Amino acid sequence: MKNAVGREIPDALLTDGREVYQGKQYMDGKYIQKASPRTRRCEKPVDSKVVASLVDALKQCGAKDGMTFSFHHHLRDGDYVVNQVMAAAIEELGLCDLTIAATSLGSAHDPIADYIEQGKVIGIQTSGIRGRMGEVVSAGKLKTPAIIRSHGGRPRAIEAGEVHIDIAFVAAPTSDCMGNCRGIGGKSNCGSLGYAMMDAKYADHVVVVTDCLVDFPNMPASVEAIDVDAVVVVDSIGNPKKIASAAARISQNPRDLMMAENVAKVIASTPYFKDGFSFQTGVGGPSLAANLFLEQYMDERNIKMGWAIGGICGPLVELLKKGKVGKVMDVQDFDLDGVNSINQTPGHYEMSASQYANPANKGAFVNSLDFVVLAALEIDTGFNVNVLTGSDGVLRGAPGGHPDTAAGSKCCIIVTPLTRGRMATVCEHVVTVTTPGDCVDVLVTDYGIAVNPLRPDLIACLDEAGIPHVSIESLKEKAYALVGRPDDLEWEDQVVAILEARDGTILDVVRKIKPVTL
Amino acid sequence: MEILKPAMAGTLESSDAQVTVEPGTQGIQLTLSSSVMNQYGRQIRATILETLERLEVKNANVTVVDKGALDCTLKARVECAVFRSADCSQQNIPWGGVIV
Amino acid sequence: MIPRPRPERFRLRRTMMFMNAQKPGLIKDAYIYGCDSIMLDLEDAVAENQKDAARFSLYHALKTIDYGDTEVIVRINGLDTPHWQEDIRVCVAGGADGIRIAKCESAKDVHTVEEAVLAAEREFGVEEGRTLLMAALESPKGILNAYEICSASERMFGVAISGGDFRKCMQTTPQPDGIDMLAARGQMLLAARAAGIQCFDTVFTDLDDQAGFEAEVLQNKTMGFDGKSLINPKQIRFVHQVFAPTEKELIQAEKIVRVVRENAAKGLGVFTVDGKMIDIAFLPGAERTLRLGKACGMYKGDLV
Repeated sequence: MKNAVGREIPDALLTDGREVYQGKQYMDGKYIQKASPRTRRCEKPVDSKVVASLVDALKQCGAKDGMTFSFHHHLRDGDYVVNQVMAAAIEELGLCDLTIAATSLGSAHDPIADYIEQGKVIGIQTSGIRGRMGEVVSAGKLKTPAIIRSHGGRPRAIEAGEVHIDIAFVAAPTSDCMGNCRGIGGKSNCGSLGYAMMDAKYADHVVVVTDCLVDFPNMPASVEAIDVDAVVVVDSIGNPKKIASAAARISQNPRDLMMAENVAKVIASTPYFKDGFSFQTGVGGPSLAANLFLEQYMDERNIKMGWAIGGICGPLVELLKKGKVGKVMDVQDFDLDGVNSINQTPGHYEMSASQYANPANKGAFVNSLDFVVLAALEIDTGFNVNVLTGSDGVLRGAPGGHPDTAAGSKCCIIVTPLTRGRMATVCEHVVTVTTPGDCVDVLVTDYGIAVNPLRPDLIACLDEAGIPHVSIESLKEKAYALVGRPDDLEWEDQVVAILEARDGTILDVVRKIKPVTL
Repeated sequence: MEILKPAMAGTLESSDAQVTVEPGTQGIQLTLSSSVMNQYGRQIRATILETLERLEVKNANVTVVDKGALDCTLKARVECAVFRSADCSQQNIPWGGVIV
Repeated sequence: MIPRPRPERFRLRRTMMFMNAQKPGLIKDAYIYGCDSIMLDLEDAVAENQKDAARFSLYHALKTIDYGDTEVIVRINGLDTPHWQEDIRVCVAGGADGIRIAKCESAKDVHTVEEAVLAAEREFGVEEGRTLLMAALESPKGILNAYEICSASERMFGVAISGGDFRKCMQTTPQPDGIDMLAARGQMLLAARAAGIQCFDTVFTDLDDQAGFEAEVLQNKTMGFDGKSLINPKQIRFVHQVFAPTEKELIQAEKIVRVVRENAAKGLGVFTVDGKMIDIAFLPGAERTLRLGKACGMYKGDLV
């Protein structure tokens, strides 16, 4: 069945009330029955929940074949915990048919690809998938299609019981012996633990994995001891060098700077750019650089940013410290400046993934967002964005908060170069739709700006400010004139991943790619 | 042109291609790898073969490692490698002749 | 293939950005940053053993890429190298707008290049005289011979100083106040103005020293340069800002052009505008200001 972004969704997937994507806000006003976990009562006082090993923790939580384990990605590419837990479960306990439900996965998790090939891991639910895991899933080696959700879609699915977590593993830079966890302190400092919060509340069992045990009580705790079954102390939960970069530097790439300047110009031309406005930006080159130019416009107009959300890094912390932004709500930190600021700088707070982006709760932060500036791997003439699959059809990206912020914000700006190497970023049809075009408002490229025709109000703003803009079709034609029109990818029938819209409907599917023969 | 000795042109930088030509006896033997194989592999192959044909190269082992080069770059790299293999890449290039 | 219009000898050239002709990723779209001219470099940026490869790249770039209104100039290798003749052939065959003569020291150097350019125009069936020339002065001798160089050919549109080599010859280094090159810049400007061609300042290479760069650009403007060579697109904006006319200058220029034209029709030679004595000699300057204003998006009228 064809959905609202023109993608053919196999009927076989439309079971158990599952629908195809119908357009944004389709689920508004509907009711959900929240799921609840089945948890063990711990009435008898204990001195400590620390157990000797991951194997002991798994046994204590009744780990068995077919279970779903959850993980979060605050340790980013430095994470050791997913691999450690899965090795303990599969190699030491001999478990199989396991599903990994992670907030995101990256190239740090390459070893999991082996478990997929061996058939020990049969399900993957995640926002991001990259590296070898992306390759084996794309090659059709995972027994069930991977389910790709946004950062807001995941807490929604957990609440709705679509994901049932048997054991949640919290990678905690510090924990006390009872399981009060913080992302701050220790040797693997990561700042916010926002993505782990929902998992801890909705999982049947919760295991804290830490490499720094601190005195009880570890306060203020991001994950609370009342939800924790066991604490395991390991040598190291991650590689600090890869957890947080020293400082996210503003790009010096002239192309990025040029695009960033135009992003700021567009923002400043809209009526939402007024004292107290709210803002989120990615950490990609041009998105981050937009902060710099935005600050100039803020100074010029003598206005301040009310609040900012998202993954947080240095340039935003800098604005907070200068008093140019009122509050920063932080679901994850990208660099040491962010890590060192959360709960230290007045106005810098931690928030959960649900608070951040869940479309089914009663008002996530994204719903109050004025502007979001986002990157794209591809964007098509319907303004649909792909941030998941490479131009070769292989999984190597992450929707993250992209679809959530795009849908919630009043003005969603995509910033991307027109081409990358020989790839046309602006194209006729994206490989995979990860953010539907009805949520995207403006495209800024190095070859020009295009506004979604669904937003005549924004077109008028740009005209008023004398900002030149063109049609997205003309940008696509320019891209193809430069790099040539690409051949269509060839697919097999097998669906290797389901791309779920944030509301739980099916936005797109990724099929197994046919190897090209010349 | 005849491929007299092995020669190479281009780099492995993004947007470039590295082309190696070696003497051969069995027509054009092309080994192509590309970072954009799925969407541009056929076009890249066609550009390389057309360029070799234009230069009247009949026999050669040709290896191209493409890093997302545009057609104009592919042509330039193939031509340079061929002219280098004949030791005549430095002067009196037939611009606008077989080089178009 | 992209046909390029016949190059204009005197056009706006506030910014000329250097680009290594051997780097495909750079040359494919250097024009998007909005510099007035791009300078594809076959000389210092290209290693000695890649000169041949750079020419093949350059030829196809010139033939394939639509540079739009951006002028395309090529810096060729010095006349003391084995490369310059083939460099000229490829520039002319590819249809470059102009050639920058490196290390130019005399009118004879210009004539040598001019002859090779003419020969190439004939060889490749390019309109004779189409290919423009500019000279880079890189030595004290070049500076002392500036006037004969500037007036050596009808193809010459401008002259530029190349600071790196020049300072080495003079046993000096870049100074914040520009004293190191003050005499040379002055001499070159005098020569260029006397010969009626344009004059461009050297590159500023320390990308981390924005304040130093801005000071130099401001000095360039007050000394009377037409523009500046650049090494990075991020330098473009400031130069364009500095070289843009002020609102007041535009209003004044518009008045002058209007009044001069009206009075010329009536046969009057001298008259006053806002209390100032004005004659026909003010016209070219005023027109230049309006053209500059137009390029900067500040003047929307139709006088130029």
